[in-house]
Amino acid sequence: MKNQTVDPRRAAAAPRSGGEGAAAGASSNEAARFTATSLDQRNARTERGFHTLFLAMSIVLILPVLAILSLLITKGAPAFSWEFFTEPPRAQFTEGGIFPALVGTLWLVIVALLASVPLGVAAAIYLSEYAKDNALTRLINLAIINLAGVPSIVHALFGLGAFVLFFDFGTSILAASLTLAIMTLPVVIVSTRETLQAVPQSFRMACWSLGATRWQTIRKVVLPNSISGILTGVILEVSRTVGETAPVMFTGAVLFTPFLPQGVLDETMAMSLHLYMIATVIPDVPPEVPYGVALSLILMVLILNSASIGFRVYLRGKKKW
Amino acid sequence: MVSTASRIKLSVKDLSIRYGSTVALEGASFDVRDNEIFGIIGPANSGKTSFIRAINRMDEMTPGMEVRGDIEFNGKSVTDWRNLYALRSRIGVVFPLPVGLPMSIYENVAFAAKLRGVKGKADLDEVVERCLTRAALWDEVKDRLDSLGSLLSGGQQQRLTIARALSQEPELLLLDEFSIAVDPVTTMRIEEVLKELKQEMTIVLVTNLTQQAQRLADRTAFFLEGKVVEVGDTRALFKGQTKDPRTTHYIEGRFG
Ligand SMILES: Nc1ncnc2c1ncn2[C@@H]1O[C@H](COP(=O)(O)OP(=O)(O)OP(=O)(O)O)[C@@H](O)[C@H]1O
Ligand SMILES: [Mg+2]
Repeated sequence: MKNQTVDPRRAAAAPRSGGEGAAAGASSNEAARFTATSLDQRNARTERGFHTLFLAMSIVLILPVLAILSLLITKGAPAFSWEFFTEPPRAQFTEGGIFPALVGTLWLVIVALLASVPLGVAAAIYLSEYAKDNALTRLINLAIINLAGVPSIVHALFGLGAFVLFFDFGTSILAASLTLAIMTLPVVIVSTRETLQAVPQSFRMACWSLGATRWQTIRKVVLPNSISGILTGVILEVSRTVGETAPVMFTGAVLFTPFLPQGVLDETMAMSLHLYMIATVIPDVPPEVPYGVALSLILMVLILNSASIGFRVYLRGKKKW
Repeated sequence: MVSTASRIKLSVKDLSIRYGSTVALEGASFDVRDNEIFGIIGPANSGKTSFIRAINRMDEMTPGMEVRGDIEFNGKSVTDWRNLYALRSRIGVVFPLPVGLPMSIYENVAFAAKLRGVKGKADLDEVVERCLTRAALWDEVKDRLDSLGSLLSGGQQQRLTIARALSQEPELLLLDEFSIAVDPVTTMRIEEVLKELKQEMTIVLVTNLTQQAQRLADRTAFFLEGKVVEVGDTRALFKGQTKDPRTTHYIEGRFG
């Protein structure tokens, strides 16, 4: 193989097949080949460098999650028993289980979802599909950003004033769930809006030019193709709702009640508040119990998430562009 | 043959289109007659697509697009249609880049019929088969009508788009460089269909291929840099009987 005429493309391609040794030669041909090669190698090095960097960042991200999970599992799993999940606490929280708190949290999450998902999705549809860029739209967007930035304790006080006292729902699941719903509304709106906007505009154009109304376009084309993204927002909301303590503490959750809620106007125990109390306030709780509650809380989020992810995968298998 | 007595489908009056400070079309005035194929030729940037958008009121959803002057559709200004959906449902549009909607091939073509209120399965089947056949796609997809329209090849999607436009049973069909993604043989087949369709509807054909305008159009308009240079009988234009030398230059391919 004579490289009398140096084809830059061949020269650049050479090290991939020829290996590093070929570049080490010193004849004029080899020098010409080496010039092209060094650029090639630098690119490859940079590429490898960034690949490694981003991989490292992702691993750094996973580490705390793994650490938390392994800590919770080693320390919390011993607390697990049939009784732990099916009995109310007894003997000043030192014995018994977390059943009422488990049920209470499910109530809180579901009622909060029932309030925030329809509202949030409808608002997102308006903002993405109908709103013109005017003062009202900008005001709404500003409100959403600000709502997202409000600390949860402020939401808690608002919920207390508005739902517990003003609307007179009392300390109840309804008041607590509505507070949670308002708190998580920005998450639902922003993620839903972004998903809707990811549906190519050309689909809408094609639909409209067939004479479809905006709503027909939304129902037949936009929503079916964004449902999995909308669910992602809901998953995020669920994760946040399950863990929040402050908003439910003032509005609907109580430290202890042996009764399960019978309706939305009942007060209830909640996992997050329960955990907070036995971890910080109540004396003489066996050390594995708070870890057990924390682990249950995380498992609950994981189970709810997997359910939604499973549903997403199922939907994605059906639709695609 | 189009007689001078034929009715007027579109009447364009002093139409100007701009996007912010960009002028896409200025002072356009001409008529499109019933049941003719009206060709529009012209180089890039001459405002052809913008004109198509203005006809079915796409300006309403194109940010920054501003339309002045008037287009009358069946004697009624398109800006006077309170119900834009009714206007658009009478106008079929095919844009240069094919858009298969993310639903089955069948649904793509049945969609407009359903919007019109066609219900029964048999009726819908008939619409789907007729329109796909006309768009020269039926043979290729008849065994997989349930697969996704958006996963067809580019050329097939373009024919699907044409079938969808035909399924509207439009009075007016706007074709914007429809053959850009379609192979020559299929293009010829579609061109034959267009000649038949002329009996049923008016066709505005924007094309980069002057030969295509020559083959199909009864009359042709030459757009250049946002101006309508001239509108005339296609055969006369292609014989060199033009009012403006620039038209001949463009047609003969020695432009610019
Ligand atoms: N959505 C838009 N926003 C801003 N400017 C636009 C938009 N669409 C078109 N234009 C501008 O309007 C002018 C005319 O464009 P138009 O698409 O009508 O040309 P055309 O004749 O269809 O060209 P081509 O043959 O390349 O398709 C161009 O200068 C273009 O930049
Ligand atoms: Mg164009």
